[in-house]
Parts: sequence; C-alpha cells; structure tokens
Amino acid sequence: MIELDVNGRRHRVEAPGDTPLLYVLRNDLQLNGAKFGCGLGQCGACTVMVDGQAIFSCITPIGAIEGRRVRTVEGLGTVEKPGPMQRAFIEEQAAQCGYCIPGMMMRAQALLEAKPGAGDADVRKALAPHLCRCGTHMRILKAVGRAAKMMGGGK
Amino acid sequence: MSVAFSRRRFLAGGGAIVLGFSLNPRVSAQGARLPGSLERNPMLDSWIGVGGDGTITIFTGKAELGQGIRTALMQVAADQLAVPFERIALVTADTARTPDEGYTAGSNSMKDSGTAILNAAAQARELLVAEAAKRWNVAATSLTARDGAVVAPDGRRLEFREIAPSVPLRSRASAESKRATARNVVGKSIPRVDIPAKVTGGAAYVHDLRLPGMVHARVVRPPQHGAKLTAIDTSAGERMPGVLRVVRDGSYVAVIATQEFQAVRAARAISDTAKWEGRLPPVDVYPHLLGLASQDTVIHDRDGANLGAAAIDAVYRRPYQMHGSIGPSCAVGLLEGGKLTVWSHTQGVYPLRGAIAEMLGMEKESVRVIHMEGAGCYGHNGADDAGADAGLLARAMPGRPVRVQWMREEEHSWEPYGPAMVTRARAALDNGRIAGWEFDVWSNTHSTRPGKAGELGPASLLAKPFPPSAPRPLPQPEGGGDRNAIPLYSIPRAKVTHRFIPEMPLRVSALRALGAYMNVFSIESFMDELAAAARADPVEFRLRHLEDARGTEVIRAAARRFGWSEYARTPGKGRGFAFARYKNLAAYCAIAMEVEVMRESGEIRVGRVAAAVDSGEAVNPDGIRNQIEGGVVQSLSWTMLEEVTWDARRITSRDWGRYPILRFAHVPASIDVDVIDRPGQPFLGTGEAAQGPAAAAFANAVADATGKRIRQIPFDPPRVRAALLENR
Repeated sequence: MIELDVNGRRHRVEAPGDTPLLYVLRNDLQLNGAKFGCGLGQCGACTVMVDGQAIFSCITPIGAIEGRRVRTVEGLGTVEKPGPMQRAFIEEQAAQCGYCIPGMMMRAQALLEAKPGAGDADVRKALAPHLCRCGTHMRILKAVGRAAKMMGGGK
Repeated sequence: MSVAFSRRRFLAGGGAIVLGFSLNPRVSAQGARLPGSLERNPMLDSWIGVGGDGTITIFTGKAELGQGIRTALMQVAADQLAVPFERIALVTADTARTPDEGYTAGSNSMKDSGTAILNAAAQARELLVAEAAKRWNVAATSLTARDGAVVAPDGRRLEFREIAPSVPLRSRASAESKRATARNVVGKSIPRVDIPAKVTGGAAYVHDLRLPGMVHARVVRPPQHGAKLTAIDTSAGERMPGVLRVVRDGSYVAVIATQEFQAVRAARAISDTAKWEGRLPPVDVYPHLLGLASQDTVIHDRDGANLGAAAIDAVYRRPYQMHGSIGPSCAVGLLEGGKLTVWSHTQGVYPLRGAIAEMLGMEKESVRVIHMEGAGCYGHNGADDAGADAGLLARAMPGRPVRVQWMREEEHSWEPYGPAMVTRARAALDNGRIAGWEFDVWSNTHSTRPGKAGELGPASLLAKPFPPSAPRPLPQPEGGGDRNAIPLYSIPRAKVTHRFIPEMPLRVSALRALGAYMNVFSIESFMDELAAAARADPVEFRLRHLEDARGTEVIRAAARRFGWSEYARTPGKGRGFAFARYKNLAAYCAIAMEVEVMRESGEIRVGRVAAAVDSGEAVNPDGIRNQIEGGVVQSLSWTMLEEVTWDARRITSRDWGRYPILRFAHVPASIDVDVIDRPGQPFLGTGEAAQGPAAAAFANAVADATGKRIRQIPFDPPRVRAALLENR
C-alpha cells in the first residue's frame, strides 16, 4: 500500500512500489491527462509535475513518489473552469490530435512557475524533451507565451 | 457506456421523434450522380436527425483524426440547416450508426462527407420549410429558415422539432440542392469542439476508455512483420501476478492480465524466451528495390518526351519512413452473446469490421466497430492491427472487455511504413522553357489497408494464417506511388511512367500524401534545377509554365507573403520555393522558406516559412492554417531526419532514440499561412496539401544556401556534410 498525493487529494494505491506512476494515474486513479507514449522517457507525453518539477511518469516508480505532491493536467483546471495554461492552449487552438499536449502543458507550467518571465527561447529549450507528431509546435510555443502573460510574467 | 448502444436507441433515448437508420440505401439509380458520399448513402436520414429537444444530430462516416473534421462538418451543417452551431451534435464513424464512407483518408473528408452533409442539410431544410408552408397554406418561397425554425414574413414561427415528425427525411437525396448562401459560421474560425477535453484530461481517446470489468492485454510481437515463431516458453509468464491467460495461436502470442502493468511485465518475460525466424532486405535498399520486377505503366504521354542529348538528368531517393504516432496503437474488444464490439482509432470502421469478421469467421453483422480517437495516425499505422488484436483477445475472454495497447517498440517495428521510392527526372530546355520532360517513379504499393483479413498484421501470424492480398497500384487520377507524378505545368512534350514494384521488402502502406510527398519533392526540386540552368528566378520560372489561374494565384500569394522579390541574401542562408496541387485535383499549396546551413556540423535551421493554400471554400480558416503548419513541420521532420533502419536480424529504428523526429530546437522560426477562401466552390481538403511542397521548398533553400543539390532524403547532418565536401 502506497499513499499518493495527486492534485491535492490523497489516494491509497495497492500496487508494487516499482510500478510506474503513469499506470497508477491512468488506471487506479482514472486520470486521463498523462499519456503513455514510449515508456522510455523519450517523448514527454506522460509528463506530470512532482513537487513543482516536470518528470516522466512512465519511468518514475510510485515508490519514489510517496509523500510528494503530484500534479497532472487535471490539477490545472476543468472544462468549465480552465486554468491559465489550459485557456491559453484553447485560445491558440494549440492542438491537432492533442495526445502530446497535456505533457507539454505540465512541462510549461513547471517552467513558468519557476521562471515567470520565460521567453520564447526558454520555452523552446524547456520543451526539448517533448515530441509532437502533428507538427503543432508553432502554436504550442504561442500558447505557452500567452500563458506566461496570463500568469503575470512574460513580455 | 452502454455496449448495445444502437443508433435507434440513441435517438429514442434522446427524445427523438423520427428516424431510424436507413440500413439499405440503394445504389443510386440511373439518374445524375449524387454529390459527395450521398452517392453511396443517398438517404437523408442517414445523415441528419432532428431530436425532440430541437437538437440536430449529424451522422458522418468519417473520423476525427485530430484534423478538426468534427468542427468543420458541424459548421457546414449549421449553415445549411439555419441552426445555431451549438445545437448541432455530431456522431462519427460507427458501423451501427453512421453511413459507410470507407476510409478517412486522402484529404477527402470535406469533399466526401462535407459535400454530402452540405447537400443533405440543404435538402432537409427545404423539406422542413415545405412542411411549414403546407401547414400555413402559404408559398414555401415566402418563408425562411432561421435559428432552427421556419419563419413567416408576418412573424409566425414553427420550430424544426415541431415540424420534424411530419417531414419525410427518410427519403432519397436528389442531385440538386437549394444551397443556403448566407454564411453564419462557415468561413469563420470556430474553435474546435474537441480541444477543451483534450487539454483538461477529459476522456478524449480510445486509450481513455474504461469499461466495467475490463482487463488488459499485451502482445508478444515479432521483431518485424513476416517473422515466424520457432520457440517460446510461456510458463514463467503464466505464473506471474495478475496473469489471467496466455493466448497462443501459431506465431501469435499475447498475455491478458488484471492490471495493465502486470500484462506488460508478463509479455516482456515471455518475449525474452521467444525465438523468431524472418528475413529482412539488404541494408542498401535502393539497388535491391530497383532490381525487383516492376509493372510499368505510362500514365501520361504527350507526344513522347522529346529529350535531346543535352537533357538534364536527376535521380531522387526517399527511404522507408514511419507514421510514428505519439500514442501507440490501442483498441478495446468485447465479445458478448455472440456479438463482438471493437473500439478502435481505425480510419475505416466498415473495412475493419469486414476484415475482423473474416479473421474470426463471424458474420459482418455480428461485429460492430466504433471509432474513438487515437493519437494522430497520418495514414495506415498500427490502428487496424490493434483492432484485430482486440478481436482475437476478446474472443479468448468472452464477456470481459479486453484493452490492448502496443508498446513503443511494437509501434516502431511493426507498423506498415511509407514505402522507399526512387524517381528519375529528365528534361530538355529550349529558350528558357521546358521543351521535353520525362519522369519515372519506382514504388511499392501505397495501400495495404484492410477490408480483407489478410491485411491485418495479427492475422498473418495465426496457425491458419490469412495471406495478404496481391498488392495493387492505386489508379490515376489520384494514384498511389504515382500520385502527383504528372507535372501540372504546361510542357509541350512529356512522358511519365509508373514503375510499380509488387514485391515488398518491408511491409508498407499509406503514409500521409502517399507518393505525392516524394513526387512533388522530386518534380519541384527538379524545377529549381531547370530554373538554374535557364538562369531564371524559380518563382517566375514556375509561373512561366503554369496556365492554371488558381495555381498562379497561390504561387503569387506565397511569394508575396514571404517577400520573395525583396529578399536580401545573407551568407550561409538561402531561400526555396515549391508548389503543387495535391493529386492534381485537390488543394493548391505553395511554400517559400528560408534556411541556414551550418557548414561545420551539417545542421540545418529553418527560418521563416510562408505558405498560401486554396482548399476551395474555406469552412474553418484556422483549421486549414493548423493543417498547413502541421504539414510543413511534419514534412520537415521526414525530410531532415527520418529513415527506417534494420540489420540482418531486426528493425533497428525501434524507438525515438534510433528514429529521431523533429524537436523544438529545429522547428521553423515562424510559419505564416495565407488561406485563400473560395465561397461556393467545392471543398478540396487540406490535410496532405503541404507535405510535398514543404519538402521541395526546403531542398531548394538548402541548394540556394550551399550551391549543392541534395537529392536523397533525409538531409541529415552526415549527408549534408558529405554534399558540402563534394568537388571542393
């Protein structure tokens, strides 16, 4: 039994400590945001925040997460009340298939919380671990720039 | 989600007054051809239902693939029906509920389904108006449809839902429609209806489907297509925690477990014991490919090629490339009471249903395939194979929903790739004009899509395997390997030959744009080579050879947006231009871009990109822009980096480390898209318009920056460095 803090709620999970966090988020907690992309930490689709840092949940065992605060895209807002990062992505229409987007948003959220004035070059650098196959990159960059402004930083 | 969720029940549950599904639409009679997919599904109520609450439900056989088709189809329906956009509900590809529109492919969704819905909606509106006219005993011409109601000049008003029960929507569409010309939402960049769920963690994909009692499966996949299992020990896997069953049928092996990660672990353990036997082609694939027998067809012959001794001659090569979906293929299957339901991100629910039914020896009517979105597919990837997995594994666990998802290595090594291709272009110039042209394209087929069980990867592994159908070329005018092989330019004498190679060294199928990517890359690279020989500006040289007015306008628009005529040259940088009309009958697209080539590293950086596109009537301009931006970036990734690799034993490009695609560091500085709207003109589709022109504009920019012409994809740093060292 492992206790996890996800989006401010505590959950008790019956799974071996070496189970990757991603499987627990998706199946035990039924959260859709983090996606399985490669299971190898190469694409970023599974990215969530742990204690403010962006991490690959597909290669992070839950045993390493106990007692730390996990945040997923569900923790940024809802369809009815989207958070600034989500509003920015909707306003920029920054998705095609959208599968990679929640991971990108979590990476960007971590960046902007750590560095509110992050500019385009910072965003490009921060998003380096993330793949998008539809080629939505230009809009993703604009959306993160917009989110930076909404969150009070940016230029 | 209810499994026996039939269309009839859906409508009844929604308080619908009318309409069941027209199960047997007759093929159109001798009369005029019906517009778009109405030809195949002519009953109006196959497309439109009016609910008791005033909701209009539109049914499409096309699937949302991330291209935004859902929103665009709703826009078309809203305007033709004169109903607010918000009141339109859309049901997409489902064999129990929607018309059969084949595949969602070839940039045909707006042409097929958009056109059908436009006409069906216009005709439904006229029927509603006629019914109101009858009730009020006035002339229909005096009435207008507005906001989901019929309105009389004196202010009387009948809501569609009040009239609908008496309106015979179960009637055949006619060839002619009285089309509404007012555009309330068409032509506007209405925000996509699917994006909010996708950015907030809503259930948006088949990957997110969780059914009660659902179990998880993983397949022990061979290292590449065609390999046979020679030895395996499943016993250790069978004893692992949570494992419910190990399924084995010939070379097909899979594990079903209670928890997903239990299935992953057990499949891995079993996979470690498996021995496979299979063949792979020589690593230097181009000579091998050209050594295979080809079936040659002259697809264009205008007085022969007329090449003199001074002909300019160039050979271009493109390797095997993958779809590389970010989300590995996934499907859920449930066999219950002799009926199988498969939830899949397939591009063709009806063809997949037929293939699965054949594989399992079931009646088609006992199988239902429901589309749910996956990650973008970009053609025939692992989706259908995963659907077949779900069918096979659901059969092994009757009564339990079985979810199967591929691992990254499976997707990379098992999906059908885009075929390797070779082209040869030759031309003769006379006084600054192309006098003669010859073009040859060598290619495998560009579609091994299902319809038959033999096209399902898993079916080839069974103890009683289903052999694949004989590969066939796709016919002109759309073509497959020869798509866009015929130049759109006016050339007095020209000959184009499609050298179709039936034997497939690697399993291949449709990858976005099919042969058009390579043929446009070749032709438009070659046009620049000819322009250089003629000492002409590349844009002016193209215009010199083009009679098509819309093509000319698109070229001028892209050049203007880029600032082609004011371009100031700087060292290390170059500009490139390219143009094509997709399939020579769909959207027009022209692209200009600037690149910078790092001489030491061979690395290329893309600067500004400017594009212009004419897709006919632009239903959702921002959706079109999004598709063009994406097409440019995806094509740059293919062209700069991508190549499937293998050794004697296996596919070696098995993950993103060994099959790199474009990352943020190398995406363009900006992409600026000019959408030319043509109100009232036919929809031409957009999804595959940019890939060919983007590749050629890039190649031309590299040549402009370096003075060296690279004719083999990918333009990765080693190849660029080697090209720069030539003749130095």
